[in-house]
Amino acid sequence: MAKTAVQEFTKGLWAEIPPFRLVLGLCPVLAVTKTVENGVGMGVATTFVLVCSNVLISLLRNAIPKKVRIACFIAVIATFVTVVELLMQAFAYPLFLKLGIFIPLIVVNCIVLGRAEAFAAKNKVVPSLADGLGIGLGFTLSLGALGAIREILGSGMFYGKPVFGPSFEPFGFMVQAPGAFVCLGLMLCVMNMLGKK
Amino acid sequence: MRDLFKLFIAVVIFSGISGGVLAAVRNATQDRIEYQQLVFVKGPAINLILEGCTNDPLQDRFKMKDQDKERDFFIGEFDGKKNVVAFETYGKGYGGDIGVITAVNTDTDEIVGVAVTTHSETPGVGSKTKTDPEFGAQFKGQPITDVFKVKADGGQIDSISGATISSRGVAGAVVQSGEIYKRLKSDLKNKLKAS
Repeated sequence: MAKTAVQEFTKGLWAEIPPFRLVLGLCPVLAVTKTVENGVGMGVATTFVLVCSNVLISLLRNAIPKKVRIACFIAVIATFVTVVELLMQAFAYPLFLKLGIFIPLIVVNCIVLGRAEAFAAKNKVVPSLADGLGIGLGFTLSLGALGAIREILGSGMFYGKPVFGPSFEPFGFMVQAPGAFVCLGLMLCVMNMLGKK
Repeated sequence: MRDLFKLFIAVVIFSGISGGVLAAVRNATQDRIEYQQLVFVKGPAINLILEGCTNDPLQDRFKMKDQDKERDFFIGEFDGKKNVVAFETYGKGYGGDIGVITAVNTDTDEIVGVAVTTHSETPGVGSKTKTDPEFGAQFKGQPITDVFKVKADGGQIDSISGATISSRGVAGAVVQSGEIYKRLKSDLKNKLKAS
């Protein structure tokens, strides 16, 4: 059954939202969501890579020999990741300092390779573009939401601005690694409850 | 065999193209990245030690060859005179190299200020060489030609307590700055006059 581009796009936002439904790409999800800014920055970088690699791989899907397709996919993805890294250094250096090692690690994010292998290699350009955008946006939203919860509870701020009065005692646990696991677990739980019919 | 050859060619072409693209992007962004690193890594330290200068030291910078290494020099303008240069040297710390910016007044050969830029010292102990203003202030006003040592080595610098190695690293970097300054002094003065 052929889906329309719109359907391919929207499935990434709910039905196949990466960290919660596919439970993929958890490394950056846990590691960089201390604040909204970091989460969204990481999401946007991943989306850029995802969209570019999906489009390019879809265009080249008949030119890439099946036996070496993974190597070719990785070459394409790694190129875009390095481009993102350089651009971020040039135009958003403070964000680059915060995200650090997690930018080059987008290469091994299984969402990107997963979409290339499972979707872009088998579909035309337009659906691949829609799929990349949808999954990327879903990933960004998830990171943003997780970052918002952790930043508001963990440091009493949203996007670097205080949201509570001075009497608020930050819930420091939330900005540490265990807080990320707990928060992700609770969000998965809520998503499953909502999705249950 | 032919098949294998085709696979080989495909991977080579892919890698070649991506290498080319990366080289192009790198060339296009290189200057901007260099400037961003100056602003966000060295900028805070430079602005700290050149406080009160009337120019922008990050814009007023030049490169000069010292022995076989090219170094960045930042100019500080005070009272309408461009007579201060700041430059970076590295000392051996506890966790790796410590980057230290030293600013020198070329008229009096006195140190205007010393500040740490990058380090990987223990947070809360060795990192105080960067955050404790009193530590860097000890160098202020001293002649750059002095040999700086921490008190544990029989010198004049009070080290951060618990961080003798980090403090020694900073002192060593300042001594190194002194040597570079001695080598380049006349060239630096000419350059400042010309700018």
